[in-house]
Amino acid sequence: MTREMTGAEMVIQALKDQGVDTIFGYPGGAVLPIYDEIIQQEGLEHILVRHEQGAGHAAEGYARSTGKPGIALVTSGPGATNMVTALTDAMLDSIPLVCISGQVPTHLIGNDAFQECDTVGITRPCTKHNWLVRDVDDLPRVLHEAFYVATSGRPGPVVVDIPKDVQFATGTYQGPTPNPAAAHKSYRPQVKGDAASIRKAAEMMAAAKRPVLYTGGGVINSGPQACQLLRELVQLTGFPITSTLMGLGAYPASGENWLGMLGMHGTYEANMAMHDCDLMVCIGARFDDRITGRTDAFSPNSRKIHIDIDPSSINKTINVDLPIIGDVGHVLEDLVRIWRSSSLKSGDAATKSWQAQIDAWRARNSLAYKPNQDIIMPQYAIQRLYELTKHRKTYISTEVGQHQMWAAQFYGFEEPNRWLTSGGLGTMGYGLPAAIGAQAAHRDALCIDIAGDASILMNIQEMSTAVQFGLPVKVFILNNQYMGMVRQWQQLLHGNRLSHSYTDSLPDFVKLADAYGGVGLRVDKPGDLDGAIEEMIAVDKPVLFDCRVANLANCFPMIPSGKAHNEMLLPDEANDEAVAKAISAEGKSLV
Amino acid sequence: MNAQNVDAPSAYFLAEVSNEIETHTLSLLVDNEPGVLARVIGLFSGRGYNIDSLTVSETEHEKHLSRITIVTTGTPMIIEQIRHQLDRLVPVHRVTDLTVRARRANQDKPLERELALIKVAGDGDKRLEALRLGDAFRATVIDATTDHFVFEITGRTSKIEQFIAIMKPLGLVEVSRTGVAAVQRGPEGL
Repeated sequence: MTREMTGAEMVIQALKDQGVDTIFGYPGGAVLPIYDEIIQQEGLEHILVRHEQGAGHAAEGYARSTGKPGIALVTSGPGATNMVTALTDAMLDSIPLVCISGQVPTHLIGNDAFQECDTVGITRPCTKHNWLVRDVDDLPRVLHEAFYVATSGRPGPVVVDIPKDVQFATGTYQGPTPNPAAAHKSYRPQVKGDAASIRKAAEMMAAAKRPVLYTGGGVINSGPQACQLLRELVQLTGFPITSTLMGLGAYPASGENWLGMLGMHGTYEANMAMHDCDLMVCIGARFDDRITGRTDAFSPNSRKIHIDIDPSSINKTINVDLPIIGDVGHVLEDLVRIWRSSSLKSGDAATKSWQAQIDAWRARNSLAYKPNQDIIMPQYAIQRLYELTKHRKTYISTEVGQHQMWAAQFYGFEEPNRWLTSGGLGTMGYGLPAAIGAQAAHRDALCIDIAGDASILMNIQEMSTAVQFGLPVKVFILNNQYMGMVRQWQQLLHGNRLSHSYTDSLPDFVKLADAYGGVGLRVDKPGDLDGAIEEMIAVDKPVLFDCRVANLANCFPMIPSGKAHNEMLLPDEANDEAVAKAISAEGKSLV
Repeated sequence: MNAQNVDAPSAYFLAEVSNEIETHTLSLLVDNEPGVLARVIGLFSGRGYNIDSLTVSETEHEKHLSRITIVTTGTPMIIEQIRHQLDRLVPVHRVTDLTVRARRANQDKPLERELALIKVAGDGDKRLEALRLGDAFRATVIDATTDHFVFEITGRTSKIEQFIAIMKPLGLVEVSRTGVAAVQRGPEGL
């Protein structure tokens, strides 16, 4: 399709041609022409946020819950700089995000004009790629290329910066090319894995005595088909499986072979299996420092297979024996086919004793906590939330901190794309806008932000967005009046000197909800919890649920900084003295 | 991250993991567009990699492609990482580690040259000695007065370093260097 139109019209047309139905944004001087087109069209819903960071995280929530790219629209200067956190967040978690920013007119660029900033300069290290479009005739090509780059290979955020005069200028619009990968002059990621390597992987897996599958967000990003294939592979091989924070839901938490999440706050059985395995199959994960702990003591006796679409993930922190570059879905398809056609079997006798060992570790019950009749334990609150919401179509987002780890440990994810959390960047303030993004994509679903009392205040203004657009998100605040994870680390590292981790004069969340036009609920007795959760679900409005929990609960189990997988601090051993001595002098400098 | 530039899997096997610091010469073919150099340099500074030398110029005008030559140091694991990180940049068409290529072909190093303009001022014996040494190093005098010479010298980095060191006591005023340009030996291109 070729047609004359203005740059602003091109933006809307290109978004529609790319299948976009929802965008999150905030207007300003340098994007007014685009906003003028938004109000004159139908088919593209714009959700007005209250802060540009909220637009970015809402777009991320939309993207994670749908598998489609999320779209944010912001103005120049502060609009663009407010997006930086969300872009960095999407960069670290490989979330496809297309951010369109306004820029001062081309003749003013470099003049320190009002609301001018070097957007492409500032966002260069926190995007997969970015463009400043100086000529309206380049705009359609760049917009379509932006979608291609954001969604192909390892997904990520992109920025298209459009000066105001380019939005007003008239040019020729062209629709998307049918095969952008073939048409692109330099960016063509490899999706199909090397056949010989996949065959070798299958043979290594058949020969393994103590295998473990270590999966990550790459499986979710690859799509529902990849998750299905992963489940098939587990079924065929009988291998135990663990996942990173980002990969939860790819394999169901109720599955027989599920070990739970691994890493710093992962289960004992998952971490011990990683440490003692003889074959590790890493699928779409990246050996992040929260996963490996001490790298020189990481899984010392295993051979490692690494399936990843990004060659730079290979041998970055951990050397692997067999790398397979490709899209997880494509590689798993080949792997499952080869396993079937060669009638490969995992070594039965050996894997039985491995299974027995895993069962022994599991019996250690590393997620145990002391129940309490009078005070709500945070773990208990998540367990009840799970029990009362698991039969619904539920999307869970989180902020960052203890509540996030408890949610990952105690909420069982059965499906991919249901779990939206800031893993790599660890962005407090992520959860509420992300839940709004998910709710905008799934109007009939139950979207819950599991939050902490500190995190929620970082983007609380988005309550106003939720109310305005009738997005009944539920904010389930585990309120312990502390920045719980900061306090826990101060206890571990700094002699329990709680420097500025206590939040005095928190707002009354019930009144706050009311002030925004939502509904506030408060519970402080375990006995009242179920009824209040039911009430929260029943309300067709945004809810702030102030769940008063035990103030000083710590999140266990934990691999203390600088320690290996087999040196976990387990809840029943974590008395004050053990906690105080858990981290060595070297570990203290680690984050 | 281009399919055609991903080595066979065996290339990732680090049979002997060495922690020795090595110097490698990387050659990049990139789109000559605004910001491309900033992307490359930003990657080095952002991830804490070293740049010993960097040379860039458009080499294929009709395709608007520039060639960037970077000399960097690090462990083999880091250098492999640098190569893949560079390859991830969207406007990067190709990244080649010329040092690895040379090794695979049983050659010592790739062909590397740089050019320097060296200004030396002085009179009497020192002036004569500078001119004589310039001749010995096959440097060309491209500007002169009775008080100074400007030499143009081309060669390996080590030769240029040596020439500069010798000129120091003879009235060295200033030096401008291009950094290393490199190609691999033999008939094949990038």
